[in-house]
Amino acid sequence: MLVNQFLILGAVLFCTGVYGVLARRNAVMVLMSIELMLNAVNINLLTFGLVVGSISGQVFALFTIAIAAAEVGVGLALVLLIYRNRSNIDVEELDLMHG
Amino acid sequence: MTLAAVLGAFSRPAVDWHALAPEVVLLGAILVIIILDVIDEERFRTFIPTVAGFGLLGALVPVLTLAVDGTDRSLFGDAYAVDNAALVLKALFLIAGYVVVLISIDYIRDGDYYENEYYSLMLSSLLGMLLMASARDLIAMFVALELLSIPAYMLAAWRKGSQKSNEAGIKYYLMGVFASAVMLYGMSLVFGLSGSTNFTAIRDALGGSGDPIPLMTIGILFVLLGFAFKVSAVPFHTWAPDTYEGAPTPVTAFLAVASKAAGFVALLQLVFVAFVGRDDVVQPLFWILATLTMTIGNLLALRQENIVRMLAYSGVAQAGFMLVPFAVSTDSGAVAFQAVVIYLIIYAFMNLGAFSVVMAVARKTGSGQISSYGGLFSYAPGLAAAMTVFLSSLAGIPPLGGWFAKFVVFRAALDAGNISGAILAVVIAVNSVLAFGYYGRVMKEMWMNPVPDGDETPVRVTPSIALATSLTLVATIAFGVFPQIVARFGELSSQLAL
Repeated sequence: MLVNQFLILGAVLFCTGVYGVLARRNAVMVLMSIELMLNAVNINLLTFGLVVGSISGQVFALFTIAIAAAEVGVGLALVLLIYRNRSNIDVEELDLMHG
Repeated sequence: MTLAAVLGAFSRPAVDWHALAPEVVLLGAILVIIILDVIDEERFRTFIPTVAGFGLLGALVPVLTLAVDGTDRSLFGDAYAVDNAALVLKALFLIAGYVVVLISIDYIRDGDYYENEYYSLMLSSLLGMLLMASARDLIAMFVALELLSIPAYMLAAWRKGSQKSNEAGIKYYLMGVFASAVMLYGMSLVFGLSGSTNFTAIRDALGGSGDPIPLMTIGILFVLLGFAFKVSAVPFHTWAPDTYEGAPTPVTAFLAVASKAAGFVALLQLVFVAFVGRDDVVQPLFWILATLTMTIGNLLALRQENIVRMLAYSGVAQAGFMLVPFAVSTDSGAVAFQAVVIYLIIYAFMNLGAFSVVMAVARKTGSGQISSYGGLFSYAPGLAAAMTVFLSSLAGIPPLGGWFAKFVVFRAALDAGNISGAILAVVIAVNSVLAFGYYGRVMKEMWMNPVPDGDETPVRVTPSIALATSLTLVATIAFGVFPQIVARFGELSSQLAL
């Protein structure tokens, strides 16, 4: 069935995104992996919206797209700030505080 | 169809402006701050905290008129509710926000930071919290969560030149965004399988007959785990101590109290309304989270040397106590709901109080080490006494507010009347004793140890910090001596939700 294929695509994209967030060390790559997760959500929402026959799925997806843009805007600003102060954006080297 | 025809066909839905008045007033205050800054940054610099403070108090007025009016309002196709539960929590957010503005004033002015951006971001985050208190729909809840989180990421990284603050911001951001992506994936499953984004509709869909769908279980788990990050439940707490230590102290107070409370408010709606039919998933999950959070939070707090870091882990442990009622959500029903609200109200005041004393002392010593509190009583007896009250309250010593908070959680656990509730009650008791270890250590430093460098010049307490400390002090003592005040708020809030 076509619906299943969309949901499986969503799940595969989501898992790829989770792997990227956990395995990548470059902050920009982590941000891109998070985008991948959010787009998996959009595919899910649109598929379910079609199945359920409700406009809510599409409205939800629009909100997700808009808010993801805002999130990435802030994220890139933070990465830039880190780059200015440390000249690298390796997330695993951020360990000034621990305990 | 032409554009004119489309526009003509559109009719504006009726909006109940009285119900939205608190949000509108707060939005007005944000806009005034931005406009004042654009007109003349230097001239209006000193007015901006005043505008922020009055904006918050002004938003409290419609909350009161709505409470007096007493009708339950529902807006935007039942996505947004203004009932007693929402009003009690909105009042809590506004008052907590006011106290945070009070303790921010001197720090932000003396540090030469941008005042306009700081206060407008903080009020935006509070606006998100007001929305969260009213959200009764997955979309509304998601928008509220992001509106309160995104400004908080920026606030955590506020000290641009400090690598610690940068690190605090990026850690908070990455963890927060990852959690909200996981939560969104869960929301998409919940929406798809229940066919609606509205909480009552989801509850009805889940309550139906038939075997539970496994995919739905995953959806519910993902949504709840996303919020577990927000309230820093173990094992998702790792961001909290680093973010709290690196962020500017007023922002830490804001995150530890208001932002955490917003996470709990969302969980209240999800657990007690939307997912109430699936207590087979919800109760065991929260049982594990609550036990781990209380115990590990307390054990890690015992070995901290930095006071803000200790308060961060103590906040993790306190969140564990607040998670207990969720583990008995259907067994104890309304008692559990009330316990969370009561704990949230009392925790907000005692923790903000502790942070305001930390701010006052740090202005003199410039250090965050617990050892720098040595002999505080000899040169700043008032602050030492206030700090003792706040720490004893956090530890749960009667007759201060904290004991009543612990008592209602304990009662909720026992009210469940089953073995898992009884085990939780034992864990609460053991952890309450453990917590004396680190709160007592700070008290011992203040009262018994000598001043570390012999510098006994008195601490200059600014009027705004003095006001914040006395407000929270009065509330902490009053809630302990007259627990019926706060119990009444708890009862009011649970009337409609259940």
